[in-house]
Amino acid sequence: MPSFDAIVIGAGHNGLVCAAMLARKRRKVLVLEAGDEPGGAARTVEFAPGHSVSHVAHILSHLHPSVADTLMLERHGLRFAATEIPTVVLNGDGKHLILHGAFGERIEGDIGGADAAAWDALRTKLLAHSAVLQPWLARTPPRLGTRKTRDLLALGSLGLAIRRLGTEDMREFLRMILMNIADVLDDEIADPRLKGAVAFDAVLGTGLGPRSPNSLMSLYYRLAGETAGRQAALALPHGGMGAVVDAMVSALTGWGGEIRTGAVVERILVEDGRAAGVALAGGEEIRARVVVSGANPRTTFLELLGHRHLDTGFARRVSQIRMRGNAAKFHLALTGLPEFTGLDEGHLGGRLVIAPTIDHVEWAFNPSKYGRFSDSPVMEITIPTVSDPSLAPSGNHVLSAVVQYAPSDLGGGWSFSRTDFQAIVLETIAAYAPGIAGQVIATELLTPADLERRYRMPGGHWHHGDLGIDRMFMLRPLPGAAQYATPVPGLYLCGAGSHPGGGVMGAAGYNAAGRILKLER
Amino acid sequence: MAAEKPAPVKEFWPKDHFRKPLMETPFHDRIAALMRTGTWYGWGGYTVASVIEDKEVEYFAIRNAATLFDISPMVKYRISGPDAEAYLNRLTLRDVAGLAVGRVHYTAWCDDDGKVLDDGTLFRLSDWEFRLCCQERHLPWLLDSTPGFEVAVEEVTHRIAGLALQGPTSCSVLRRAGFADVETLVPFEMRNFSLPGANGVEVLISRTGFTGDLGYELFVPSDQATALWDVLWKAGRLHGLRATGSAAVDIARIEAGFIMARSDFIPSEHAVRENRRRSPFEIGLDWMVNFGKGHFNGRRALEEEKRRKSSRYVLVGLEIDGNEPAPNAIVYHGKTRRIGVISAAAWSPTAKRNIAIASLERPYGVRKTDDLWVEIYAMHELQYTKLMMRARVVERPFLKLDRRRATPPAAF
Repeated sequence: MPSFDAIVIGAGHNGLVCAAMLARKRRKVLVLEAGDEPGGAARTVEFAPGHSVSHVAHILSHLHPSVADTLMLERHGLRFAATEIPTVVLNGDGKHLILHGAFGERIEGDIGGADAAAWDALRTKLLAHSAVLQPWLARTPPRLGTRKTRDLLALGSLGLAIRRLGTEDMREFLRMILMNIADVLDDEIADPRLKGAVAFDAVLGTGLGPRSPNSLMSLYYRLAGETAGRQAALALPHGGMGAVVDAMVSALTGWGGEIRTGAVVERILVEDGRAAGVALAGGEEIRARVVVSGANPRTTFLELLGHRHLDTGFARRVSQIRMRGNAAKFHLALTGLPEFTGLDEGHLGGRLVIAPTIDHVEWAFNPSKYGRFSDSPVMEITIPTVSDPSLAPSGNHVLSAVVQYAPSDLGGGWSFSRTDFQAIVLETIAAYAPGIAGQVIATELLTPADLERRYRMPGGHWHHGDLGIDRMFMLRPLPGAAQYATPVPGLYLCGAGSHPGGGVMGAAGYNAAGRILKLER
Repeated sequence: MAAEKPAPVKEFWPKDHFRKPLMETPFHDRIAALMRTGTWYGWGGYTVASVIEDKEVEYFAIRNAATLFDISPMVKYRISGPDAEAYLNRLTLRDVAGLAVGRVHYTAWCDDDGKVLDDGTLFRLSDWEFRLCCQERHLPWLLDSTPGFEVAVEEVTHRIAGLALQGPTSCSVLRRAGFADVETLVPFEMRNFSLPGANGVEVLISRTGFTGDLGYELFVPSDQATALWDVLWKAGRLHGLRATGSAAVDIARIEAGFIMARSDFIPSEHAVRENRRRSPFEIGLDWMVNFGKGHFNGRRALEEEKRRKSSRYVLVGLEIDGNEPAPNAIVYHGKTRRIGVISAAAWSPTAKRNIAIASLERPYGVRKTDDLWVEIYAMHELQYTKLMMRARVVERPFLKLDRRRATPPAAF
């Protein structure tokens, strides 16, 4: 007899959301987490004594409202330290641009009047196009090649949503959808700083450069998100990203769900062609009617389940999912607030972007294609202690940066080159904050190799696989497993590898739970 | 993967191979010496004979004496390793655990959608070593199936020469050639024998074949091929042994009811049109599909097909009135409704029946078997005669010979 209705592998935020949604419907749920505490890549970690930081994801841009509402995350303690944080586009000569509100609603800085108007028009258009995709985030994608009403209706509704943009915007949407962000920006606006920053947003967390095909699509993905009720707004949770997970854990346990940490799932058990439970490292077997994996799809299928339970063609397609992480995480513990040339203290609570021009981002991207890191990287920086002093001892600060490009398959391996790259990143920041080196108490660099090892994300890829248009919607992670169910009955996916993808959104877990509740009555 | 490194290409392909795109089989010199008709054609990259002397004479040698047929172009894979059995169980439809060492079984394999990629014979050489023989090349598929298994896959077509010795006197030929105890081989059994007169050369002999008659298939390293041929040729003189081309064998295989890839079904990897692919249920291989074992490629699709009874086609044997063979003819129900096509047809000289293998759209051939007609365009001296002949679904094989199974075989 199965002891649980469902076992969820991995207590990342998607696993927790899925488990909580199942527990809410009175399913007996057990979440198994390999690490010492829940949270996965949405965790607050003390990286130096007294200094904590959002260890992987550090800005909330996507937390899905259905997730926040259904799990009542605010009631479970989630608070924001800052909402609608501005983006500061750093410039070498101190002439920074500051983008206020959601996605540069208002720009502060010496931008020409004509360009300001052009930006307004482009911004409106991009947000409108992204909004078409927004309702899709919390839906199971339709299957292709069926004549089932549900699938046809879902496809039809996307068509209808595009049509509803109006003739003009629909044409624009269809004209632009496969473009790269560099061409779009060059077409519409002039300011190199603004172009650099938007191009950076489009390629953040991807294996793309601004001139790579369909890099506009990944910007749409980003802009489709909303935070605290505003599309494309950015926020910092109080207590770091771990606070989001704490609220989820509280919701889950409140509904009677269980979490076991330090439980490394080694194998998914299959009996009579159906997932029957899991085997842990050490040999313990736990049975359940349904097994849900928040782990990477490749890990789930090829390592936990195994080729023997899969067809050759399917296994081959799984092994071909692109999973080459390209972003590193960089943390500093500082004795005080760093001074950025041309910025005052008030600006430092926002997001600082080093991506001076499109070309600069593209140059940073180029070496990664050939397995080398960028020696002039681009990055986004937060100093969360500005709005949330609880993360460091009084007077001290922490700095957190996502740095690109740092390919997971670095030639020669990361252990050899990490100190070089760390020095480059610090130098790059110091170019804008000259005194920062003297304030450093502790430094931490998480290369894709570290992220892979610590967070069990192949390639250190936080989306569990590239988010290109060939891996979105009904193609994510691959046809045959794009509706959360897998070829093996009783086994489901609920992680970032599934639609709609990664970022602290929770929609994949939310959708998966809906699917499980529907199919496993 | 603990793959053994395959032999370098230059070992068997000379530098100027492109000047002569078809290779010669290891038996080529012997067959060329007998060749009268000049009807060479390409089979799997090799030059082989369609008819050596006379098609009818060669056919009647298969049924009344013995024949040698060069099957070297048959594609052969060596599959070895501790997980070879598990690998093949995942790859193919039948239960390989039930295949004992020293035995052969006829099997088939499918893609993810449960559509047949090919059929072939699987030889179990030892606990860990198998040989898979088939019509088409499948190395990419076989290699892509290896992850997760400790197994090595290697194509050995060029290294192993194959010779089919078929016909009622075939056992006598082998015995006279000095293969002691060969008469104890039962159908689908194989054993290694030493090649008489050649010190230490091993011949693998299996009691298998493509004719539905008493017969054997012999495998030797390619460089020993002519030695094997000579031993058999000499021993066969008093037993009516002839060399045969493929045309005569094709009649025999139709009589035996055997199907051929690309002829009676389109391997799913070759099909351009999706609805041309066939599941095992649609080409008469239902009996192979073993749902009692663990997972295998296409299993879920086939379970679904069986559960929903969604098979769209059926492969049947037809007996057609008259004596005009009906290759590629269209099959009708009630003379008007097109329900299928004939993929192989022959006048059976031994059964004296006009026979055919046909693919029909269900339910025709399953529940509706009456009122079937075949449209034959018979060309006689530049004049077409259109015949609409009645056809009946009959059992395959069309020709059942007791000597195929008798052990020991009678001495002729």
